[in-house]
Amino acid sequence: MSVFAFLIGTLSLAAAIGVVVAAKPVHSALFLMANFATLAILYVLLDAQFLAAAQVIIYAGGIVILILFVIMLIGHDPADHSHQDLTRPAMASLVLGAILLMSLGLQLTGHLEVGTDGGIASGGSPSAIGTELFTRFLLPFEFVAILLLVALIGALIMGRRESGEPEEPAG
Amino acid sequence: MPQLLIYLIQAVVLCLVVITGFAYLTWLERKLIARFQVRIGPNRAGPFGLLQPAADAVKAMFKEEYIPGHVDKFVYVLAPMLALAPALIVWAVIPIAKGVPAMGDVNIGFLWILAITGVESFGVILAGWSSNNNYSLLGALRSAAQMISYEIPLGLFLVSIAMLGGTFSLVELVETPRAPWEWIWIWIAFPFFFTSILAETNRSPFDLPETENELVAGFFTEYGGMKFSMFMMAEYINMITTSTVVSTLFFGGWQGPLADRYIWLGPVYLFIKVLALLFLFIWIRASISRPRFDQLMRFNWKFMIPAGLVYLTVSAVITVFLK
Repeated sequence: MSVFAFLIGTLSLAAAIGVVVAAKPVHSALFLMANFATLAILYVLLDAQFLAAAQVIIYAGGIVILILFVIMLIGHDPADHSHQDLTRPAMASLVLGAILLMSLGLQLTGHLEVGTDGGIASGGSPSAIGTELFTRFLLPFEFVAILLLVALIGALIMGRRESGEPEEPAG
Repeated sequence: MPQLLIYLIQAVVLCLVVITGFAYLTWLERKLIARFQVRIGPNRAGPFGLLQPAADAVKAMFKEEYIPGHVDKFVYVLAPMLALAPALIVWAVIPIAKGVPAMGDVNIGFLWILAITGVESFGVILAGWSSNNNYSLLGALRSAAQMISYEIPLGLFLVSIAMLGGTFSLVELVETPRAPWEWIWIWIAFPFFFTSILAETNRSPFDLPETENELVAGFFTEYGGMKFSMFMMAEYINMITTSTVVSTLFFGGWQGPLADRYIWLGPVYLFIKVLALLFLFIWIRASISRPRFDQLMRFNWKFMIPAGLVYLTVSAVITVFLK
């Protein structure tokens, strides 16, 4: 079991590197899908079936397909982007990576405790997660719903046609 | 280890059964469409043309495996496999007899179906992109838009049915006893669900990713031989798989008179129900003409999704107050 987890983890990391290294955007998207799929397998091994299914439905089935859709809409880009100035994205990822590393280190050495009350008691089955979401975490859950609604309305406003007169006055 | 071997044998047998099903589904479709159009259909190979699928398979296998020079080779070869695999994987969670799932009972059966139908479109999209051909690309774009859109009503109705059944496991769902009025409420969802499935499986009248009069053959224009056959297999196996899912969700799956007592009757009833649904698929193909792409999208966003939301809300009320 642990050998299998190690193997899947290695594959997952390899796919993650592939996302960054691949020259064509579609190949990057494929590596991303492989990465998401292997992550889902890791979740299953950790007994978090619901999380695994959600991972595949949302990330592999939804987001990667949207990414592919956008890549195809933009079409073939013959320009070479390898000499682009990447200082700012690199800086941002360095800072974020450092924060992640720091918090992981603090948690592993026991200086920072997250989810102190033992997390979800009865594993990652859908009913366990549902019960937790609608009892202990009800308020955060409802806030996330409002956040998503705001994002939805925002997308609607940004996606409205700007050229020419709008068909109806905004309201 | 022996357990692993048993799983392996189960998987191989399941794949063989489904692939044989595919072969005879092509025969059935050609025969039925011929009857609908007052023709005879294949009748040369064997009695009633029953050997036609075998002849087609041999022909496809012995064709030259030609790869056009302008394609992205890796993705071009990968795409048919990515199209075919999910269609077979969905089978793992479907119950085929009392308490017997095809592979294993999981507590995320419904989510499994949603997850796998979600990744189904990869094969089509990647085929269209890797072919490096504008017609293929247009087919792939249509497929991506269509599948993402129709997944939403599919999910809404699926969640409603899971909620009414009170379980995510398909094995338990089939065995849940239901009142007659509950069946009627579930059957109201059937036309909506079936429409979404027609769009998800790229079946006529929603086969816009491969419309031959606009896009040559859409996403598989550049494919031939066995790789083309794999796309065909994916489409037909998807039909069989989704018919099985529909009969499990809406018509009690393996259930029928005496199926509780004689366990072997379960697969027989399931087969009859699946056959009826497949007939419906073919009947629709022979009867209804194709809509325009924008009509298809508008129908989804302005009718199917609101209908799904209403159904979900009412089902929630029913689950809380009437059960």
